[in-house]
Amino acid sequence: MAEATQTGAAAGGGLDLSEIGKDLAITALLGAALFGSTIAFKTETATGGLSLVLRFESAFFVIAAVVVGRLILLLTVWRRPTGGDRTFVPQALQLRYADFLAKTGKAFVPIVLLFAVVFPFLPFTDRYLLDLGILILTYVMLGWGLNIVVGLAGLLDLGYVAFYAVGAYSYALLAQYFGLSFWICLPLAGILAAFWGIILGFPVLRLRGDYLAIVTLAFGEIIRIVLLNWYNFTGGPDGISGIPRPSFFGIPFKRGEGGFADFFGLDYSSIHRIIFLYFLILILALITNFVTIRLRRLPIGRAWEALREDEIACRSLGLNTTSIKLTAFATGAMFAGFAGSFFATRQGFISPESFTFIESALILAIVVLGGMGSQIGVVIASVAMIGGFEIFREAEQYRMLIFGLAMVMIMIWRPRGLIATREPSIFLKEKKAVSADMVAQGEGH
Amino acid sequence: MEYFVQQLINGVTLGSIYGLIAIGYTMVYGIIGMINFAHGDIFMVGAFISLIVITAVGLAASSSLFVIILALILVLACAMVISSVFGWTLERLAYRPLRGSFRLAPLITAIGVSIVLQNYIQISQGARVKPLQPIISGGHTIMRRVDENGEFVVQISNMQILIITVTVVLMTVFSLIIAKTSLGRAQRACEQDRKMASLLGINVDRTISTTFVMGAALAAVAGLMYLLYYGVIDFYIGFVAGVKAFTAAVLGGIGSLPGAMLGGLVIGLIETLWSAYFSVEYKDVAAFSMLAIVLIFLPQGLLGKPEVEKV
Repeated sequence: MAEATQTGAAAGGGLDLSEIGKDLAITALLGAALFGSTIAFKTETATGGLSLVLRFESAFFVIAAVVVGRLILLLTVWRRPTGGDRTFVPQALQLRYADFLAKTGKAFVPIVLLFAVVFPFLPFTDRYLLDLGILILTYVMLGWGLNIVVGLAGLLDLGYVAFYAVGAYSYALLAQYFGLSFWICLPLAGILAAFWGIILGFPVLRLRGDYLAIVTLAFGEIIRIVLLNWYNFTGGPDGISGIPRPSFFGIPFKRGEGGFADFFGLDYSSIHRIIFLYFLILILALITNFVTIRLRRLPIGRAWEALREDEIACRSLGLNTTSIKLTAFATGAMFAGFAGSFFATRQGFISPESFTFIESALILAIVVLGGMGSQIGVVIASVAMIGGFEIFREAEQYRMLIFGLAMVMIMIWRPRGLIATREPSIFLKEKKAVSADMVAQGEGH
Repeated sequence: MEYFVQQLINGVTLGSIYGLIAIGYTMVYGIIGMINFAHGDIFMVGAFISLIVITAVGLAASSSLFVIILALILVLACAMVISSVFGWTLERLAYRPLRGSFRLAPLITAIGVSIVLQNYIQISQGARVKPLQPIISGGHTIMRRVDENGEFVVQISNMQILIITVTVVLMTVFSLIIAKTSLGRAQRACEQDRKMASLLGINVDRTISTTFVMGAALAAVAGLMYLLYYGVIDFYIGFVAGVKAFTAAVLGGIGSLPGAMLGGLVIGLIETLWSAYFSVEYKDVAAFSMLAIVLIFLPQGLLGKPEVEKV
């Protein structure tokens, strides 16, 4: 298939029917092997063993769809002659695009922020949309937190959800055993998560990029398995229920005397609590963003970015890479801890089910899709991802399949994410956006 | 003592399966320096295809020995061929376009592919656990002891003998391929220096594809063995088995074939003995901690060469 495509294109982009025919025949054969095997035959549990269900029709349709799809691609996208330059867009247009982005980018952020603030009071906003907004903001916050580790420091963390879990369980357990309130537990959860970030981070931080990724994945799984099996303490698979809801700085959201509605002279409505949760997560997320932006200007933030670009150069300049990595890990973990305790108080119920590897992959996908290191990219990616999940709610089964496919295709289409240009931290005289080709990203040696 | 010997046998069997999967990781990592995160899921696909073919030919324990052997060879061939197609396609579609991109890009697509494969099998084959009646039964008693606590028997089942034999045979064959054939030479050349290899007329892309195909074929064998040994599979088995096999590959020294096998055996033994003497619930924790410990204290593995960082 590879050779066929290349020779077909080398012929000057003209239609070479025999090449296309050969290509499609190979595609059909491959499709038959891939889908003919697993879609056409399905094993079903039957009495006395397994029986086979035959579904030749659906397999045929899938194979046909693949062949037709490839034909369309061959006739349209892949027809252009392959020169040395693989990009679709000419250089001048790319520059104009970057320029356009820079201009709209200035207005874009305040508009998004304004929209986020007035969103709960818009006429069309109902309970469902508010819940969706809270969910999206939770992922924005997690994405921003992970962005510190992955985007700024260039350390690929596949176990980020572990710190989210630590935060959630810290609040749930502190509230259950000591009756502490949300506002005391929130910082405690962040501190505990950061503490765990240091404990888990310390031994592994001298590993190179992909080894580090796998070890963080292992740690994430270890924490989940421990939560699942430590029945006496964490409730195991049953989880913890009845986690106290947050109060408005001490004033509970309840009907009647002394409640939030009563205190402010409003009519009681259950939506008050949701709106409060919405603003709570909005503020938490904005704090994350603010801290990240400020940290980027501090020596430590500069060190993170230097580390991402070149660890060896970093070391030769006398930077202590271990402590730089640890602070990145701990800061990222702390924000995950905050988000986790918010998650616990919003849900009122947590179990290890919520903290699987898929969750880590989702957060990572948001960061990568947004463009590593880009703060606004994370917002766009969260809206796209979580919104996309909602759109495919009907097709519940196919949701994860589409998610995985999207992850692969986005990586191939735009390996550097949607917002690939990067604002330099330091600049001489004039501020210029650094184009994607100029920056090494996520090397993490 | 008898208990320990029995666990040793079980551990070696499990370790053989891990070793077969680990070879795929080690070869791919050796040649292009990426963790093929979806490799565990290729193993799972192999197990499912084996199950489909076994059901299709109606293989059961009641068949005569000759029929069982013939059918199993057929099953093995089908599973190896189709899994290889999966491996080839995934390399072609998801990894090759990213060659030369930044280092973590293929790892992220690999995670995507892994999610796709799991959910594809979940949708096409159903989410429920698939049970398979045991096909190869019987075994041999090696040790027997009778005391006041009753009788204790150490057994090695025919299935375990089959798994260990197949693993040893395949290991030998593949080591010979790597050591003696021109394909193996090309692979070793690409492993050392891809650019130089391509200058010397080696088709690097094809060599990498072949590596993926070989890895996938071995994973399919492991899938069949797993299916026959445990008798239950589901769409999720690839994840944990994949991480453990990767641990095995790292422990043995990434890029080294005998290392992968050795690592597989060690991981299999650790997991079995941990389950036998400590706790079954935390056996995955043991394997995952092993991964961390190995990477931290022995990153070059038992039989690997230390990696030199070039500026």
